[in-house]
Amino acid sequence: MRTITLEDAVARIPDGASLMVGGFMGVGTPECIVDELVRQRKRELTVIGNDTALPGVGIGKLVSANLVRKAIASHIGLNPETQKKMLAGQMEVELVPQGTLIERIRAAGYGLGGFLTSTGVGTVVEEGKRKVEVEGREYLLEVPLRADFALVQAFLADYLGNLTYALTARNFNPVIAMAAATVIVDAEHIVPVGMISPDQVMTPAPLVDYLVSRA
Amino acid sequence: MDAQTIIAKRIALELRDGMLVNLGIGIPTLVANYIPPGTHIFFQSENGLIGTGPIPQEGLAQARLTDAGGRPVSAIPGASTFDSAMSFGLIRGGHVDVTVLGGLQVDEQGKLANWMIPGKMVPGMGGAMDLVSGAKRVIVAMQHTAKGKPKLVKRCTLPLTSARSVDLVVTELAVIAYTVGRATLVETAPGVTVEQVLAATESELTVAPQVLSMKI
Repeated sequence: MRTITLEDAVARIPDGASLMVGGFMGVGTPECIVDELVRQRKRELTVIGNDTALPGVGIGKLVSANLVRKAIASHIGLNPETQKKMLAGQMEVELVPQGTLIERIRAAGYGLGGFLTSTGVGTVVEEGKRKVEVEGREYLLEVPLRADFALVQAFLADYLGNLTYALTARNFNPVIAMAAATVIVDAEHIVPVGMISPDQVMTPAPLVDYLVSRA
Repeated sequence: MDAQTIIAKRIALELRDGMLVNLGIGIPTLVANYIPPGTHIFFQSENGLIGTGPIPQEGLAQARLTDAGGRPVSAIPGASTFDSAMSFGLIRGGHVDVTVLGGLQVDEQGKLANWMIPGKMVPGMGGAMDLVSGAKRVIVAMQHTAKGKPKLVKRCTLPLTSARSVDLVVTELAVIAYTVGRATLVETAPGVTVEQVLAATESELTVAPQVLSMKI
């Protein structure tokens, strides 16, 4: 794990990268990393997250700045700009049921080849997917989802990279930290090693590649 | 009493002490206002919270404590928080006793459409498909008609939310129960006749031998 500046962290992300972004309607999204992505004009991004928040919030800022080629999310209903760009063909949107989305990410991070879920059976979600019957019940085979980068918002981080999250700002964060090639973390507070007790650690240090320093 | 209040009050009677319950946005959210005093319900918010409490007073909102719509909420003593994988494990795994959702259409067999209107409204399904597929009991809270058109239809024309049938639909006119693919009218609202309900309904309803008056 290395502690680096915000500018250096984002400079490592190339145009066209796939990004998993923590957060639920912007709560638990690393806003400073998003702002720096906009400042450095990283283009053609594939963004994977629960939703696209609101215009001016979290992933919504990337959408408004026309930096997103494709979004994979469960809900875009509260961001009219995403809907507008999708209908105009300026941006691709793949809608995935929320439980399936997080479990596909979890499957990638946990080394699973996929999983079976009854969510989506008999709906448009089943189109193009393999159906598997187990013990008389029908399931869809859902495949793992991974990304080049995970952009994680933590509450506490120590200088090794152990993380905790706060309340409902946890959401996708610990799961995406397992599923991306490179994990970049912004933490509200950086504390000395030993301050976070082992039982409190929600993401163990070896998963973190870069911690954004708080100047 | 307005339609939303009738629906919310009636659904509140379905909840029992100690249940884990997920309320969707819209009318379902109002159900929490009518829980009988002394009854402890664990309300889940799918963004990672059990123990969702009322909207906080102005100035007391905590930026990292929100509901599934991203709005500030409070957490009652005894609340717990978790990540999204666990939250949907609770939902898919059958640990949620009751989910209450809004509806656009429900067909004769109890299949629900509630997540999109092609060409008009494509918000995404969020957690609705997981909730309908996974919760032990599914209750739909919706107005009986939309712009005069029945929402209880023979076949849904809108994309389905799940292949699984819902258990109960509560409208401002009636309570309809779904068992083994059949819709049964079990209650009517005070002052509403069985004929009025049938006239406002497109799908075939079996009328229960004894139709009760909705307790609200």
